[in-house]
Amino acid sequence: MGELRLMKGNEAIAEAAIRYGVDGYFGYPITPQSEVIETLMARKPWEETGMVVVQAESEVAAANMLYGGAACGKKVMTSSSSPGVSLKLEAISYIAGAELPALVVNVVRGGPGLGTIQPAQSDYFQAVKGGGHGDYHLIVFAPNSVQEMADFVEDTYELAIKYRNPAMILSDGIIGQMMEKVELKDFKPRFTDAEIKEKFGSWATTGKTPDRERNIVTSLELQSELQEKHNHKLQAKYQQMRETEVRFESTNTEDAEYLLVAYGSSSRICRKAMELARDKGIKVGLLRPITLFPFPTKQLAELANQVKGMLSVEMSAGQMVEDIRLAVNGKVPVEHFGRYGGIIHSPDEIVNALEKQIIKG
Amino acid sequence: MKEEIIIAGFGGQGVLSMGKILAYSGIMQDQEVSWMPSYGPEMRGGTANVTVILSDEKISSPILNTFDTAIILNQQSLDKFEEAVKPGGVLLYDPNGITSPPARKDINIYKIEGAEEAAKMGNPKTFNMIILGAFLKIKPIVKNENVEKGLEKSLPERYHKLIPLNLEAIQKGHDSVKSIQTV
Repeated sequence: MGELRLMKGNEAIAEAAIRYGVDGYFGYPITPQSEVIETLMARKPWEETGMVVVQAESEVAAANMLYGGAACGKKVMTSSSSPGVSLKLEAISYIAGAELPALVVNVVRGGPGLGTIQPAQSDYFQAVKGGGHGDYHLIVFAPNSVQEMADFVEDTYELAIKYRNPAMILSDGIIGQMMEKVELKDFKPRFTDAEIKEKFGSWATTGKTPDRERNIVTSLELQSELQEKHNHKLQAKYQQMRETEVRFESTNTEDAEYLLVAYGSSSRICRKAMELARDKGIKVGLLRPITLFPFPTKQLAELANQVKGMLSVEMSAGQMVEDIRLAVNGKVPVEHFGRYGGIIHSPDEIVNALEKQIIKG
Repeated sequence: MKEEIIIAGFGGQGVLSMGKILAYSGIMQDQEVSWMPSYGPEMRGGTANVTVILSDEKISSPILNTFDTAIILNQQSLDKFEEAVKPGGVLLYDPNGITSPPARKDINIYKIEGAEEAAKMGNPKTFNMIILGAFLKIKPIVKNENVEKGLEKSLPERYHKLIPLNLEAIQKGHDSVKSIQTV
């Protein structure tokens, strides 16, 4: 067993990045995720593993440093909260277009605009539908515990490397600020220059190459035929993710007549709501998407053959509910129950919503 | 065992660190724990509160509306959380600065003169540990030895010399808590 600690989600993600052998972190502080860069600065990993930590002059700069680092075949990450992630989207679209692995963490707060510093889940569309311009997808993981904040650094990055595609950890102010018990993994060494050449030498800019063609990292291709071909390649990648990388957690679905669907911290509150509803004799289950892209479409379609209705519970005005409806395709009613602007649902409210909107609806 | 606690008072009273020490003590005896602070603008010069849950089983929601125990350290927090104590639950408060004391008839109420006892000990910083001691007298959910380990884990090493003083304050809280109402 690894080392046990009591940590905030934001602290855990920073510590996990050091231990996973991340080469560079580029960020800019914003509530409720500032502890990520605070922890890194206090830990001084450059003295320990050689990891670079930069507080950039802006989110835009941090995201472009991410692009540059990724192009060199380095393991790089950035983190921010909602308004800051909006600023990073241009670079994220370029990184997706240039097919580079990188990790972006969004500790979501309420919006739109500067909104509030309190937790929300209103960046779902931005995270899973692209966000930036062009037909691209991020690999999106939604942790619901501090342990997963730590674990998902490695899990998302491995997929980012596998698909040469940027990944996102979509968290929120609750998971970022909350402390829980975390088991930390052992340190992994950073890749050496030789390892980077061996693993990523076919595309990364690793220095002078008298023995081969230059690697050019770009998202620009002005010949439409080639750009369409490039897009086909990207789409094939996304399709492969849909077929092989879906992760979800289902609880009490075996005998469920009704289904709650929730991700991240909402799924924790729904777990409590499910317990309360079961105490009242309502047979309710919970499906929690762990990956938001790719989305557990198939699993929801199957459950639509079993349950009488589904309630999507989100700290938003209703975003994921659209993907659930697409999956269910009209077979059973799918409704949304949301609180937003920094308000968090109570378990009782969720049970009431289930009874009112689904059972009696 | 599952104990759902809200600790609420002024920023600077040690509300968050008290919750952290309690949570660490829970980890030391293999419990599941969560610690969820208020982190809004209300922290700056105003009230601070933290929800702490200790449980033998996996914790579902880290955010709660009702609590087994409310530890209340100022009037604003009493106004806000008195109603949130589950019937039959515990309300522990420090009467210092309280102008309208708790009035519920269906909960157990305890009083601890934390500020006064800390002043007597000659170190106002022991305040939160006196309160913690009072709570652990009412609800001995973590063993003393695990509280000591929790202190070791949550205090930076340069403060470890203060652990005996903190343990003394916890004992002081143990000895000074008074029952006001039992249901």
